[in-house]
Amino acid sequence: MPYSLPSFLIVSSLLFCLGMYTVLTRRNAIGILMGIELILNATGINFVAFSRFLEPSQASNLLSGQVFTLFIIAIAAAEVAVALAIVLSLYSRMKSIDVEEYRELHG
Amino acid sequence: MKEIIFNVFVLLTIIPCFWVALSSNIVHAAFSLLVTLFGVAGLYVLLGADFIGVVQVIVYIGGILVLIIFGVMMTQRGKLQPLSVQLPGKFIGALLSGTILVALILAATRSLWPVAVSLGEPEPTSAAIGNLLLGKYLIPFEVASVLLLAALVGAVLIVRRSVRGE
Repeated sequence: MPYSLPSFLIVSSLLFCLGMYTVLTRRNAIGILMGIELILNATGINFVAFSRFLEPSQASNLLSGQVFTLFIIAIAAAEVAVALAIVLSLYSRMKSIDVEEYRELHG
Repeated sequence: MKEIIFNVFVLLTIIPCFWVALSSNIVHAAFSLLVTLFGVAGLYVLLGADFIGVVQVIVYIGGILVLIIFGVMMTQRGKLQPLSVQLPGKFIGALLSGTILVALILAATRSLWPVAVSLGEPEPTSAAIGNLLLGKYLIPFEVASVLLLAALVGAVLIVRRSVRGE
């Protein structure tokens, strides 16, 4: 593939769709978390690629895409900490990590 | 030369990613995720985002992935659980994500992007990003730090309560 904007967008589309497939088909709660990480990475690639290739509307916007990627990484760290705490707490209660067993969460 | 390195990193990102999605062994999936995250860091560096590439390696590979592997190890006692849904669910998942993939690729290749006329040489970005974070994006930056603190306290609280409840 050539080094161009559409190539990066195709790579991030692939990452996004594989992440989405993982989220949809895994029954292991930690497997679902991995799918979410793939989706967040796809977003990050998009932001950085746009910030590299597109003409900024103002000179001060030159690196805004990279700053947004930093925020995504920070939010991913927070998300995975809380999600793993919930998964471990559910595991110690239900002795299972299979999301289809968490039926009593229906309320 | 640049294109060869780019393609190497693309393969390094995409091939383990299939393994993450399709492998029936969750430990293999976790270690494939490591290679994928490393490939993404390489793509960031190729895009001229040196700081983001390093942060990706430190935070994702050094932090998030270690947490995920710990989670995998702590939840694998006893019999191995079935890892994915049965066939009709798999088919529907593949159909949905395949449709979205085709739509995204068409949108990426057919659109007319306002691409910059000449790509400048990549420059060191750390200083400029630091100025942006403490200038234009000061409030989101502070909110992110509060969010991280809240996530830290919340994670400890959730796990402690469940341990005490047992």
